[in-house]
Amino acid sequence: MKTLQEKVAEGRERLDAQVREVVNWHFDPDTGTPFWLEYAAKLDFDPRDRIRGYDDLKLLGSFQDEWLRRIPVRKWIPQGFANQPVSVFETGGSTGVPKCRININDFRVDYELFSETLNDETFPKGADWLMVGPTGPRRLRLAIEHLAQHRGGICFMVDLDPRWVNKLIKSGNHKEFMAYRQHVVDQALVRLKAHKTIKCLFTTPKLLEAICEKVDLEALGITGIFCGGTEMNAQFHRFAKEELVPNIDFVPTYGNTLMGLACHKPHVPGDGYTITYYPPLPRAVFELVDPDRPERTVDYGETGRVMLTTLTKEFFVPRFLERDEGERAEPIDRYPWDGVSGLRLFTRFQESVVVGVY
Amino acid sequence: MKHLPILRAGRPYRSLTRQTLTDIRNGAPVAEVSQANGGLIARDLLGSAARQKTLAALDMATLIDACARAADLFLEAELPLDEASGTTQTRDDFLADQSATTGLPRVLCERNMEKIATALRLMPDILRGLSRGVDLDRVTRDYRREADALGAILPSNSPGVHSLWVPALAMKVPVVLKPGAQEPWTPMRIAQAMISAGFPAEAFGFYPTDHTGAGEILMRCQRALFFGDARTVDAWRGEGRIQIHGPGWSKMVLDGQAVDRRESHMDVLVDAIAANGGRSCVNASAVWVPRDGKALADDLARRLAEIQARPLDDGAAQLAAFANPKLAELLDQRIEAQLAEGGAEDMTAKYRKGPRLVTCDGCTFLLPTLIWCERADHPLAKAEYLFPFAAVCEVPESEMAARLGPTLTLSLVSERRDLIEAMLDCRHIDRINIGAIPTNRVRWDQPHEGNLFELLYKRRAVQREPV
Repeated sequence: MKTLQEKVAEGRERLDAQVREVVNWHFDPDTGTPFWLEYAAKLDFDPRDRIRGYDDLKLLGSFQDEWLRRIPVRKWIPQGFANQPVSVFETGGSTGVPKCRININDFRVDYELFSETLNDETFPKGADWLMVGPTGPRRLRLAIEHLAQHRGGICFMVDLDPRWVNKLIKSGNHKEFMAYRQHVVDQALVRLKAHKTIKCLFTTPKLLEAICEKVDLEALGITGIFCGGTEMNAQFHRFAKEELVPNIDFVPTYGNTLMGLACHKPHVPGDGYTITYYPPLPRAVFELVDPDRPERTVDYGETGRVMLTTLTKEFFVPRFLERDEGERAEPIDRYPWDGVSGLRLFTRFQESVVVGVY
Repeated sequence: MKHLPILRAGRPYRSLTRQTLTDIRNGAPVAEVSQANGGLIARDLLGSAARQKTLAALDMATLIDACARAADLFLEAELPLDEASGTTQTRDDFLADQSATTGLPRVLCERNMEKIATALRLMPDILRGLSRGVDLDRVTRDYRREADALGAILPSNSPGVHSLWVPALAMKVPVVLKPGAQEPWTPMRIAQAMISAGFPAEAFGFYPTDHTGAGEILMRCQRALFFGDARTVDAWRGEGRIQIHGPGWSKMVLDGQAVDRRESHMDVLVDAIAANGGRSCVNASAVWVPRDGKALADDLARRLAEIQARPLDDGAAQLAAFANPKLAELLDQRIEAQLAEGGAEDMTAKYRKGPRLVTCDGCTFLLPTLIWCERADHPLAKAEYLFPFAAVCEVPESEMAARLGPTLTLSLVSERRDLIEAMLDCRHIDRINIGAIPTNRVRWDQPHEGNLFELLYKRRAVQREPV
């Protein structure tokens, strides 16, 4: 049996190998991504020669979120995937013009990997799902349906437009906000009551609260809830477990368009409700860094800004400073690499960004 | 460290999200305040109707007696703060904590404490004043109750405003309180005093929370009070079920004769502008006169400039410190920018012999500021700030009522019948004082700052078939 230290070392080796493979792919003139090939042309080195592991990604500098707003989206399609069908997913737009990323098969892989972490008793194979949450240009639209299908189920959908919700909140249009929330919840209730094969639910924290006001999800046969799509703190986690859905397997999840899907450290009764997320290494990695000196990784337990690196052959995002902060979490046996606890909006953005409205 | 729990129908709840309150003088932590998530509040509010029945079961006389007992307990008793940890709070603890986190001098904290106790003691007078003499024993028969719970989004600026929601409990309506971020102390202590005096604990919801939680309270309580700045409350204006307490734009208006006797009115004017640190919405932010405005402004500025920044525990302190020094800096800069537009002069500047923004005992203050404005539509003539600040301007008596605009409290120093009639006919004024009465003077047997009875009850007819 391997020690945690050995597993951490192995994880690091896998990460470095992934970095080499992905850099070789994106910077290869035959398979590479137009954006990265143009970027490399301005460097005085060939990234394929110099970048041999994760630490070497510093040579490329920091990824700028503006690139995902104004660079034509086709410049992000690797030539190696030139004839593949491409989807484009957008971020929420809470920090300005939405960022776009292309996607071919990554979301399927991400959610299939995540599927392995779900409990087959509470998220039964073959059971149907209800997805009540942000759809439209968001990855969740396809990803949850794929997750359901991957597990042998059918996914019923109720769509929500979070940008409209955001507008209603910002303009102080409370009545319309309530009416829209009720409209979404009503649709969910119709499906939950009509289709007894639905056992699994994906929804956001706010919508879960609103649904639980109207019905007892356990009585309707729901056994597993996969909750995400927006910020979630320890207090909400506790509230959900203790009061909203005490007898249902509640799985809080953090995902975003650029990274994929993180898994949380399994909840152990008596161990508090702090949510600790671990990225899907080696496809993505979090580093918690000093906001004023991003080249410095903070210590375990210290608060830092999340720096995300995404490493797939479809999409390469090195050292991107996310809009989130949290505490650096130590590797655990199940996820032997760094995680993040208490994830929340980066303090310096809190004045200007509306999050968690849906 | 002390902890203030959430009260869920009177039951203490320790949240995993807590906010630390610090002493504004030195940044030392004073207490942790549990923060409620919006869903928790929404879930609790589902049980409002059942909780109202705990109050409904008590007769009015019992509730009024309990209010009188609560007044004494609020003033003097050692009351629970966090029952789970056994923490209690004495009067001294309360005054020290409130002063430290809000910047209100201890002596003003004491005055506000007394004001709240008075409201509890004089509950029969208040109820008569609010209901205009309705027979309280017949209220629930002749009037329809409009809410199972009264929501209240409360401010941090002046503890005295908590006297406004207290009568709801005597009117058999439970409360759902969202305290101001810096000032959870008063609503918690009132709740504990009333519970100790015999009110059912179930009638008290105390939910420190963020804007989402506040939204849940406003959306779900059938009736609510909402205290906030103009930008915050504007989105909720026009909903009859929510009583808005935004800026007061309270005014002192003097006629020509009163201006001629201005020296005799100086104490009233200073009181109206500077009492309670100038933090209340009933503090005057404008003084209107028909003539000799600049001379009056000069006299008034000299008096106001005598008020100095003092340490919070100084018995002679009259000014409140800013819990957020950056806000003081911003206000100071805004006033200077508005002065630079021309048409206005800071009359206090030459008397205070220094900057408006000062520090004392580790706290940031803005010294009293009296502006002379050449026009009543100058931006400074319409401003209201969180310190003793007012603008004097000249307006012809014949135009005063028409140009008044929203005015929470108007004190009209005049015996002229036509002017009094014009003001009584003006739809912009909530409360009118006739005579040399400061705007901040409250008579408990009169409705003030909205009418809670009319918010919570509606007259109805009850017809019964003759026997």
